[in-house]
Amino acid sequence: MKLMRRLEAGVGVTIALLLFGSYLTVAGAETPEAQGLAIAVEADRRDAGFGDTQSVMNMVLRNRHGQETSRQMRSRTLEQFDDGDKSLIIFDDPADVKGTAFLTHSHKTPPDDQWLYLPALKRVKRIASRNKSGPFMGSEFAYEDLSSQEVEKYTYTYLENEMIDGRDHFVIQRVPVDEKSGYTRQIAWLDTGEYRVFKVEFYDRKESLQKTLTITDYQQYLDKYWRASRMDMVNHQTGKSTTLLWSDYSFGNGFTETDFNRNSLSKAR
Amino acid sequence: MSDDRGHKRFRSQLITASLAASLAIAQSPAVAGEWRGNASAEGWWFFQSALQPEQEDSNFSVAFEPEYFTDWDDGDQRLVFTPFFRWDQQDDERTHVDIRELYWQKSLSSSELIVGVGKVFWGVTELRHLVDVINQTDLVENLDQEEKLGQPMVQLTFLTDWGTLDLFVLPYFRERTFSGAKGRPRAPLVVDTDNPVFQSSAEQSHVDYSIRWSHYFGDWDIGLAHFSGTSRDPRLVPGLNSQGVPVFIPNYDQIDQFSLDLQATKGSWLLKLEALTRDFTLGRNNAATGGFEYTLVGLGESAIDLGLLVEYLYDDNNVPGLVTAFDDDIFLGTRFAFNDTQSTELLLGGSFDLNQHSNFFNIEGSRRIGQTWKAELEVRIFDNDVPTDPFFALRDDDHVRIIFSKYF
Repeated sequence: MKLMRRLEAGVGVTIALLLFGSYLTVAGAETPEAQGLAIAVEADRRDAGFGDTQSVMNMVLRNRHGQETSRQMRSRTLEQFDDGDKSLIIFDDPADVKGTAFLTHSHKTPPDDQWLYLPALKRVKRIASRNKSGPFMGSEFAYEDLSSQEVEKYTYTYLENEMIDGRDHFVIQRVPVDEKSGYTRQIAWLDTGEYRVFKVEFYDRKESLQKTLTITDYQQYLDKYWRASRMDMVNHQTGKSTTLLWSDYSFGNGFTETDFNRNSLSKAR
Repeated sequence: MSDDRGHKRFRSQLITASLAASLAIAQSPAVAGEWRGNASAEGWWFFQSALQPEQEDSNFSVAFEPEYFTDWDDGDQRLVFTPFFRWDQQDDERTHVDIRELYWQKSLSSSELIVGVGKVFWGVTELRHLVDVINQTDLVENLDQEEKLGQPMVQLTFLTDWGTLDLFVLPYFRERTFSGAKGRPRAPLVVDTDNPVFQSSAEQSHVDYSIRWSHYFGDWDIGLAHFSGTSRDPRLVPGLNSQGVPVFIPNYDQIDQFSLDLQATKGSWLLKLEALTRDFTLGRNNAATGGFEYTLVGLGESAIDLGLLVEYLYDDNNVPGLVTAFDDDIFLGTRFAFNDTQSTELLLGGSFDLNQHSNFFNIEGSRRIGQTWKAELEVRIFDNDVPTDPFFALRDDDHVRIIFSKYF
């Protein structure tokens, strides 16, 4: 789903910067802001055209004592070309929330449109997407961490390049445009080869480091699109952590707009 | 069963209504379906001595609601079957069986057909569900009127660029369930569900029709609906049962109802409105409820979200025998979502009559236990000294209810 695909896809540079990569660090003709934006735009461009995806999401929540509980969800995403993507999350476990479905129509400028389906009452509820800084399903991921990472949702600054595990990374700062965000800024590490995000640090409203996200096990689909199999979010302030395991990715499912409207929520199983 | 005669007829109609589903299933290649559902046990404890001599101060009950569904035809066809069973220690009327759902669904690219027994919810507000008219209330389940009986229906849905259009043909009417003599809480007179009075000579077989258009424009969600048929809300008319005992006779009238539901989602604010006007032979009834919900995210730097709810409720109570306590009332509520791994939630609310001493306090809490259990708490307090108010009959029925459910 797009919620994750921008993270998965990582961030890149413009074609010009791509061709003359060394120019970036040597000449410095562009401002750090322009460089940061160019990286984000290139990452977005590289992941464009995937059409639709479907995947299974396993979430393992750990408290500070290491006790684990799990969640299982399925997600579907439909790419939009002139707007943010549409996504649907269907809950399979725990059993008491089975059949609950969560529909997001993301937009390039907030707020996103979100509806929640409660199967016991057969009720579709429009919910306030501004409540984005809240935890998703009791995990260390906030709604905004999982929502569509449109280029327009942040302002960017290129900071430096850094080698980690033998891979060169762009290190960029992202400042959320939405004042309702739970973060003042994020620092993201993206490999210079494929523009995939490998790590993100989240700074809370008091400017202290709140969480670190580590993304691993990337696999390439359709010879183009990179999707991660594992994401680990550690909350440094609470000692809690959440692992997201992604599997069963499929592309070209033939999803249409009617699979992502309010009516589709009640049919999602 | 509240009405054996009626339920027998209901079953025979049910067979007809689900014939298409059965045929479709029989002719399709066998596809492995899936069972899910829950079983629950609950206890009730009342704080005061009962007003009625038949009533007790505690109650125990169990319920079972499995759900079967199977998809085939590349997910374009579906069969759903959800029976419901409850056994109640005290109240024979609350011990009941229902078919919540038994339908066949066919999806086309921009339309959808449902044939069988289904369940539909309309509306946006928290306390009173004014416009939600398709399904009858299973009132013995919960006073909040959110539990519904399965409704035989043919539902045709069109998905268009200008919104969603639902057409309903409702070939059989379900009577509301009411507590029996030993049931608590209940009205001062028992409702004689064995001898309902129907305005239509077709009685329960009167075919009802409904049409609803719903759409959203940016952050506005809107629904307009018309319903023509048997009122889901009966007038309760004092009378005598076959033994000559004073009872309430439920009278089901033919009505025409037009309704609106509207929600604006503005940042952390949800603005809500439900309104209806319905035409009874005895007069026209107008009612509306509306207000807002404001959510404070991350209360005091915690993960807790606090929702503040305010709703105003109006009803002209213009039809004799059809009287709601929520005629000129204000509802204030706070909803705590703890956002923890156990999905703990707590709703504290109260409704206050603006003209007389009729107040109602409500606490609802829920929390998952382990991975497959859930505990729920309900506390309801009726504070009332106005004999003409419907809640007056419940003035000594303050209670706590605790439910443990196992999900599978």
